[in-house]
Amino acid sequence: MSRDWSLLLGMLLALLACVLLWVLHGALMDQPGPRLADLAAANVPYSGVSNPVTSVLLNFRAYDTLLELAVVLAALLGIWALGPAVPGFQPSGPVLASMVSWIVPLLILAGGYMLWVGGHAPGGAFQAGALLGAAGVILRLGGDPRAGLPDETMQRWLAVAGTAVFTLVGLALAAAGEGFLTYPTDWAKWLILLIETAATIAIGVTLAAAYVGGRP
Amino acid sequence: MILFALGIWSFLSHEALLRKLIAFNVMGGGVFHVFIAVAYRGDTAPPDPVPHALVLTGIVVAVSATALALALGGRAQDAADHD
Repeated sequence: MSRDWSLLLGMLLALLACVLLWVLHGALMDQPGPRLADLAAANVPYSGVSNPVTSVLLNFRAYDTLLELAVVLAALLGIWALGPAVPGFQPSGPVLASMVSWIVPLLILAGGYMLWVGGHAPGGAFQAGALLGAAGVILRLGGDPRAGLPDETMQRWLAVAGTAVFTLVGLALAAAGEGFLTYPTDWAKWLILLIETAATIAIGVTLAAAYVGGRP
Repeated sequence: MILFALGIWSFLSHEALLRKLIAFNVMGGGVFHVFIAVAYRGDTAPPDPVPHALVLTGIVVAVSATALALALGGRAQDAADHD
């Protein structure tokens, strides 16, 4: 791209940025309209968890989260469809190897803690899944060509686990007459925990497998 | 907002795929920051959880989309090398 075009583009985008800033400023300084926050905060006690973000994610807007898990799964399927993974790296030296053997169990432990703590403080399935995925990335960097993942069939089952459990819970609730993904208050905590556990494993496996970057 | 504008500029003006991807993620980062800031409801009230949940969802989607784009880009590079 020539220099003149680049300059023109820069000026136009600076203008766009100013317009966006002005709009945002106007929208925020204006008297704020009714927001979902009050509705969400009022319903947190009935959602089965006490962390408002988790209750929005897994209860009030569970559809979003279900579809998000489907998006993550679709991305992994796309990566797998592109062919086999490139071979792994050479085995690591003793320093890196011992660090890996220390950090991976710690990451898995921290992932489990994150999953549980999501009920009442910041945390939850995505953070825990990201930690599990990070454990996979570290294993792969340390020389394990499969990033610590099980064999192909098992990987496929684990990767769909999140979406499958989520959908099955939703359908079971619909069959029980509650409506799709409308949890009864008494069971909400355990249903959310079940879904989050499956989602954590699925996200961790998916991220690690995406890092491997090819069909197992 | 500045991050968003910088990201668009970089996305449009650089040719390399990797740079475009990074630029796209910078754009996304700008949007996420705006969302988190919008959740502020004054010093006394707790922040609005809905935008926070949306950002959390968005981050995971952005990561997986980036992974897919990287795999596609690498594959396209391989194909171009073989020709």
